[in-house]
Amino acid sequence: MSRIQTVFSSLKANNRKALIPYITAGDPHPKHTVNLLHTLVASGADIIELGIPFSDPMADGPVIQRASERALKHKVGLSKVLEMVSEFRQKDIKTPIVLMGYANPIEAMGRQKFTQAAKAAGVDGVLTVDYPPEECKDFIADLQANGMDSIFLLSPTSDAARVNLIVNQASGFLYYVSLKGVTGAANMDVQEVKTRVAEIRSKTNLPIGVGFGVKDAATAKKVATFADAVVVGSRMVTTIEESNEDNLIANISALMHELRAAIDGK
Amino acid sequence: MQDPNNQTNDKKVYNMPDERGHFGQFGGIFVAETLVEALEELRVMYEKYRHDPVFLAEFAYDLKHFVGRPSPIYHAERWSRKVGGAQIYLKREDLNHTGAHKVNNTIGQALLAKRMGKPRVIAETGAGQHGVATATIAARLGLECVVYMGSEDVKRQAPNVFRMKLLGATVVPVESGSKTLKDALNEAMRDWVTNIENTFYIIGTVAGPHPYPMMVRDFQSVIGIEAKVQMVEMVGRQPDAIVACVGGGSNAMGIFYPYIDVPNVRLIGVEAAGHGMETGMHAAPLTANSPIGVLHGNRTYLMQDADGNIIETHSISAGLDYPGVGPEHAWLKDIKRAEYVAITDDEAMTAFHSLCRTEGIIPALESSHALAYAEKMAKTMRNDEIILVNLSGRGDKDINTVAKLANITL
Repeated sequence: MSRIQTVFSSLKANNRKALIPYITAGDPHPKHTVNLLHTLVASGADIIELGIPFSDPMADGPVIQRASERALKHKVGLSKVLEMVSEFRQKDIKTPIVLMGYANPIEAMGRQKFTQAAKAAGVDGVLTVDYPPEECKDFIADLQANGMDSIFLLSPTSDAARVNLIVNQASGFLYYVSLKGVTGAANMDVQEVKTRVAEIRSKTNLPIGVGFGVKDAATAKKVATFADAVVVGSRMVTTIEESNEDNLIANISALMHELRAAIDGK
Repeated sequence: MQDPNNQTNDKKVYNMPDERGHFGQFGGIFVAETLVEALEELRVMYEKYRHDPVFLAEFAYDLKHFVGRPSPIYHAERWSRKVGGAQIYLKREDLNHTGAHKVNNTIGQALLAKRMGKPRVIAETGAGQHGVATATIAARLGLECVVYMGSEDVKRQAPNVFRMKLLGATVVPVESGSKTLKDALNEAMRDWVTNIENTFYIIGTVAGPHPYPMMVRDFQSVIGIEAKVQMVEMVGRQPDAIVACVGGGSNAMGIFYPYIDVPNVRLIGVEAAGHGMETGMHAAPLTANSPIGVLHGNRTYLMQDADGNIIETHSISAGLDYPGVGPEHAWLKDIKRAEYVAITDDEAMTAFHSLCRTEGIIPALESSHALAYAEKMAKTMRNDEIILVNLSGRGDKDINTVAKLANITL
């Protein structure tokens, strides 16, 4: 059983939901990233989404784009991100890491070289935003053959045929994009998301995470009542952006505790 | 877009792209899931209308009466004599309404937007020509129009910003990334994904996810379709070579496409060598043999660093200042049907001045790249040989740039 499956089945056994924070590797500075990852785990993360910085993050809003820009100032590329995962794995062999990013850095490294390097570093899943399943069949197969999950987005505009196609290619969990827009956009319509998640659930046994519009603990709490995982990205990155060297870890930890408590219904 | 010499597409040997927009390994649909359905809707609607006689008649009507097509072909006799060698002919896209070839495509897409019931159109623009062409047709059809433009370009191209505003468009300066064309494209994509229900995204070049590269090519192919007829009327034969500048590559695809199956016509795309290929400060991914990668929804040759991040490009001409290139050009390069070369800022400027003084035509800086290469080529050819240059736009928009280079304050 993969680390991601293990997490979801043990949460399910305890009737709990996963909290999946997102941060961009190298933001605000590469020296903080591994420490931040451990902080996320210590303060309640079940799985971590680690963003690969990219110069042209088309599906992201301004908040996450600025995170990429901060990381790229320090030349944090894909190789460096994988080094960070390796370093994290020296102290944590339990918490799954999902890399989230765009196709071009992976293609620049070479898909096969990337798969090998990611496996060696201890990556558990890969979400490539601009790789629809039709364009990356070999890549999905290669990831899965190497014991990693291929995570896919589903959106409010995905029709039934599309949902079927994607659930058949995906593994680990599904990531439902809760609104029409980019990461960190307007507030979500929780009731509509709930209906859509129920529809998707009728087609798959994979756990379903919800993200793109989870702005606060109150939203996280509502989403956790029907989703298997709550993904929080822009809110994390905003906190990083607003922190300084001295309070960064404390602020992230506080935010995580707040989200964790909300998701656990406390 | 009926080709009079080649009535149906299925007679053609060349039949690209495939149904998911692949030109060999290039092209495709590389977008986030949030855009997939919108592209599918567009693909279905375009398939429905691309051969629809009523739609095509409406398009042809606007091209004739609103744009002023067909654009003439002009024999630049004095300039040819001055250069010495082949005869240079110019396809006068500069005479179109709004001053460039861009309007051919914006009309096609705006008519499609109307048919799809989308009251709002958005566009990205670099030099501003595509933005102006979009704002123009939006005004004519009564569509709301929002144009994204890198904040650097907003500064460099103030007259075009004002033109768009006069036409009723909202111009949004983009502050992210390098603040140029590619960032404007990112921002337009973000708008589209957020406003999919009521918005049509009018992409200005033969890039982006399928069906855009094919659709923009089809709308622009009116250039080559006309040229094929006009050359026969004027000189009784087709040219020996066709030369066009390539940023994303829409004017070049427009004139190349109807000629792909015509033997013995060399097709030459001219990229921007900026400060010189050897300096690395250019915008010529094909000439530089840049690595293949994925950006803006398609796979193509891309200027990028070792980590796969897109690097800044350099060209005196904002319209060529793009790190990628349309996937069909990447394909035509690989199958060796077209050749790609590059011209520096300085060479383009020399050709710009030369055409102004010799022929009384002020060319766009983009088109000046094609002129400069035609000049080089012509010198190596006989004087009964013919080069057809796609003069894709006029240079009125560039006079501030040119004046600044000469330290002149307007």
